[in-house]
Amino acid sequence: MDGTLIYTWTVVILVGLGLVAAVVLYFVAQKFKVYEDPRIDQVEAMLPGANCGGCGFPGCRGMAEALVKNDDIASLYCPVGGASTMQAIAEFLGKAVAEKEPMVAVVRCGGTFCNRARINTFDGARSCAVEASLYGGETGCTFGCLGNGDCTRVCNFDAIHMNPETGLPEVDEEKCTACGACVKACPKHIIELRKKGLKGRRVYVNCVNQDKGAVTRKACAVGCIGCGKCVKTCPFEAITLENNLAYIDSAKCRLCRKCVAVCPTGAIVEVGFPARKPETDTAAAATTQETKTAAEGGEQHA
Amino acid sequence: MSNRIVAPSPHLHGDFSTPRIMRDVVIALVPAFAFSVFVYGWSALFVTGIAICSCMLFEWLIDRFMLGRSSTLGDWSAVVTGTLLAFNLPATISPWLIMLGALVAIGIGKMSFGGLGRNLFNPALVGRVFLLISFPVQMTLFPDTPGVDAITGATPLAFVKEALKTGTAVTEIMPNIDLGGMLLGFKDGSMGEIGAVALLLGGIYLLIRRVITWRIPVFVLGSMLVFAAILWLVDPTKYINPLFHVFAGGAMLGAIFMATDYVTSPMTKGGQTIFAIGIGVITILIRVWGAYPEGISFAILIMNATVPLINMYAKPSRFGGSNAKKK
Amino acid sequence: MLKTFRLGGVHPHDYKISRDAAIRVFDVPASVTIPLGQHIGAPATATVQKGDKVRVGDVIGTATGFVSANIHSSVSGTVTSVDTVPDGANLRKLSVTIAVEGDEWNPEIDRTDTLIKECTLEPKEIIARIAAAGIVGLGGATFPTQVKLSVPPGKVAEALIINGVECEPYLTADYRLMMERGEELLVGCEILMRALGVEECYIGIENNKPEAIKHLNDILAGGSYHKGIRVVPLKMRYPQGGEKQLIAAIMKREVPSGALPIDVGAVVQNVGTTYAVYQAVQKRRPIVDRVVTVTGKSLAHPSNLLVRIGTPISSLIEACGGMPEDTGKVINGGPMMGRAMANIEAPVTKGTSGVLLMDEKSSVRGTEMPCISCAKCVDVCPMGLEPYLISKLSRLGRYDRLERERTADCIECGCCSFTCPSNLPLLDYIRLGKAETMKLIRARQAQAK
Repeated sequence: MDGTLIYTWTVVILVGLGLVAAVVLYFVAQKFKVYEDPRIDQVEAMLPGANCGGCGFPGCRGMAEALVKNDDIASLYCPVGGASTMQAIAEFLGKAVAEKEPMVAVVRCGGTFCNRARINTFDGARSCAVEASLYGGETGCTFGCLGNGDCTRVCNFDAIHMNPETGLPEVDEEKCTACGACVKACPKHIIELRKKGLKGRRVYVNCVNQDKGAVTRKACAVGCIGCGKCVKTCPFEAITLENNLAYIDSAKCRLCRKCVAVCPTGAIVEVGFPARKPETDTAAAATTQETKTAAEGGEQHA
Repeated sequence: MSNRIVAPSPHLHGDFSTPRIMRDVVIALVPAFAFSVFVYGWSALFVTGIAICSCMLFEWLIDRFMLGRSSTLGDWSAVVTGTLLAFNLPATISPWLIMLGALVAIGIGKMSFGGLGRNLFNPALVGRVFLLISFPVQMTLFPDTPGVDAITGATPLAFVKEALKTGTAVTEIMPNIDLGGMLLGFKDGSMGEIGAVALLLGGIYLLIRRVITWRIPVFVLGSMLVFAAILWLVDPTKYINPLFHVFAGGAMLGAIFMATDYVTSPMTKGGQTIFAIGIGVITILIRVWGAYPEGISFAILIMNATVPLINMYAKPSRFGGSNAKKK
Repeated sequence: MLKTFRLGGVHPHDYKISRDAAIRVFDVPASVTIPLGQHIGAPATATVQKGDKVRVGDVIGTATGFVSANIHSSVSGTVTSVDTVPDGANLRKLSVTIAVEGDEWNPEIDRTDTLIKECTLEPKEIIARIAAAGIVGLGGATFPTQVKLSVPPGKVAEALIINGVECEPYLTADYRLMMERGEELLVGCEILMRALGVEECYIGIENNKPEAIKHLNDILAGGSYHKGIRVVPLKMRYPQGGEKQLIAAIMKREVPSGALPIDVGAVVQNVGTTYAVYQAVQKRRPIVDRVVTVTGKSLAHPSNLLVRIGTPISSLIEACGGMPEDTGKVINGGPMMGRAMANIEAPVTKGTSGVLLMDEKSSVRGTEMPCISCAKCVDVCPMGLEPYLISKLSRLGRYDRLERERTADCIECGCCSFTCPSNLPLLDYIRLGKAETMKLIRARQAQAK
């Protein structure tokens, strides 16, 4: 008898509590309801969900909110999802989106161990930021890669790794989303986002050294000495020379590769082209690594 | 000449190193170890040896095969954990239980958090409490200490607790307890906790070597003394002499060697004081009102859990006062 | 009880092996390279061109803006270039290179050794002479002295503190100055007191230099110096030579976070600076040379040299017995706060208090081990910070949290890294975090304006 009574009361009380709570919750929910555009959730689902911050927002949610709320979304771009994602979102929202070519992070330093002699040994914390704030670095080149891998630690996509043979970071083009995290992390501003290029073909100056030619030459075998030959050779005026350093504007470059041939130090490199015949291959001889990537890239895009 | 070295300042380094500190702790434990060998003979050597070896073995195995990194035995912390674990066990315990305790201490207590420096709880105590809860009989079966006949087979704390439970007045128990003898180590208990004088000697060594500071041991024992004294003054027939609490059980071992464990104690002086007082008070609470006769292991583990919180709020005394100048 | 500061501190062995080597005048080199930025603040603007003839003491660079300092030629000769030259860190800095011809001085400079005690100049004139002479803090901080002496309106200087602590191990340049130029130093104190309008002056010296304490006390007792000058012996403890620590030790006042020494009524000047002030005000002699301690355990002749600014550091090492075989590190300054040099051809500048050669064994840092939360870094921090926490946050890039942890208070003394049993590069990361925090604070202040 007692048992039944306890069971009955238990059920009654619990059901009662449940009902009361449900009613309270219902009214509270009504009263404090915050309207949120359901499209935000949908747009967020369309984004890659990497939360890398490459778009400039704290995460994909922030980007989704901005995409839904702003009328003009031409300036917003998700580097990870790329043009296809942006196109899909734009269609979904009925807004116009700017066409953007796919980009890739490019490490502009050819100062491998054999190209650039170490003249001292850094014994501080293994961080480029620490080393850069202390002094010019382990080599005579005070502009080049320090090799402590700050860029590899900030990559969310496992797309940049240090090559222990060269002491330089290498970008995995397949994985790189051009989110720009490594660009920000590099205290020497070596990494640049460049257009991925047709069939993955690119020509760029693989150096950021602004020292005078003689100083650069002493420090590194493949540094840009600012001789200006490439500037004169370029038929498309894509190359500028500033502070003893040449720079190729990827918007103007037509990939003719004339500059590669005239560069006396091999500081200009080509990526993604089918391998040249050995005797004319001056640039590739200096940077064997690039030819390897080039060959791979060529196959992949063929 | 090889390349010159360039590094940020400072270019000098003091004489402290983690292995040196750990070695000092081991050295400080030697007197207490010698005493337990003197009391329990070969079995003490045996238990300690097995505990240390199995702690080192498990650490090596986990490093090698689970974490895939090079061995971390060189920091000596496994030796310290092994010794402290052994000190918390009765001398007659079976080798299998020692190894199980070592596995829990090293595997769960330390390596599961990522190894030395990352663990939240004192590894040796994790091992001990695991054994105490899982194997209560084996863990509280203490061999007779030579020269102690009055309270055979039970620690003074257990004896007093039983007696008080049955309604015996403190005045009737006291004649059976020899405080001086307890201080010297003539009491039953875990291997390492019996010789209070030997433990104090080790503590003094650590103080001289600047491995520990006086703060934690003094505040643990002091708060135990004060709290027990308050109870004793309230009702001397129900609550036992405060000195008994300080000399009994693992109070000395816990205060000097367990609560002072760097990794699991707070970073600032204020934080350490809060931490130590917490241990003292909880120990007495458990001893007087709890189900177990001894509570210092639990008290330390409970306070270990509060360390991250203490670290967040207990800030050091700032140069120039705690408030920044308003600009 | 000897006085000392309240919080933290460490006791490195002092290794003052060059303490008994009297100051030796170093030969004028064949050519000098004088950087235009030898101080905190904006680099000076060059006033000479290639081919110009200069004499010793001629201005070759004028101060740019409020926090800056004049630069003078330290030799006579012809300017061969005004161009970037690598400094000790191998970074290229704008410098004037001069080929030495003879030793002709600017005639305004009084080169005699006669002690001139009398100074009747107005405070403003004193400060103007100091500014003209390009004097900066010679202890190593190189903060322009005239800025420190110009007390901002609404603030009152109560006491002058002379920093004779030299708490860095190895260095003895200040000690030798106190022993050999005591009279000039005390006149310098009087001039500074006059400039600030204070009646009290404390010369803080650690008790590992009892001879200096006695020497200065003897001069004070034997001559008619200002009655307010007192020598204060201090208990040996690093970083007592830190400005804030020294004020705390002597005046028992702690400079609040974000405030300056003048906010507690103190102005601190280094011994070397005080001597330079005497030279500038009484003899119209700008900074053309300074005392540099060249030392190291394996160095043949540890010395204290009076060196012309711009002399290559490598030549000092040569003059002291050459670079020892086992040299692992060359440090510009002391071992606790000095900068390791990547380029020893770099010149001596106003801030070069010493050149220390460390052997290979003690140059290499120990292997990093995990932090065991021993709290030793917290105990030794003289600013009452938590180095382990700041370092970790900075390493993780959590710069947003650093300001709350008072990272900007860090004086970069290195006690935390010195004491860390796990050999963690605590200060390396704290310095990084401090720079980021300062950036945040400055950005906010700029926005507020």
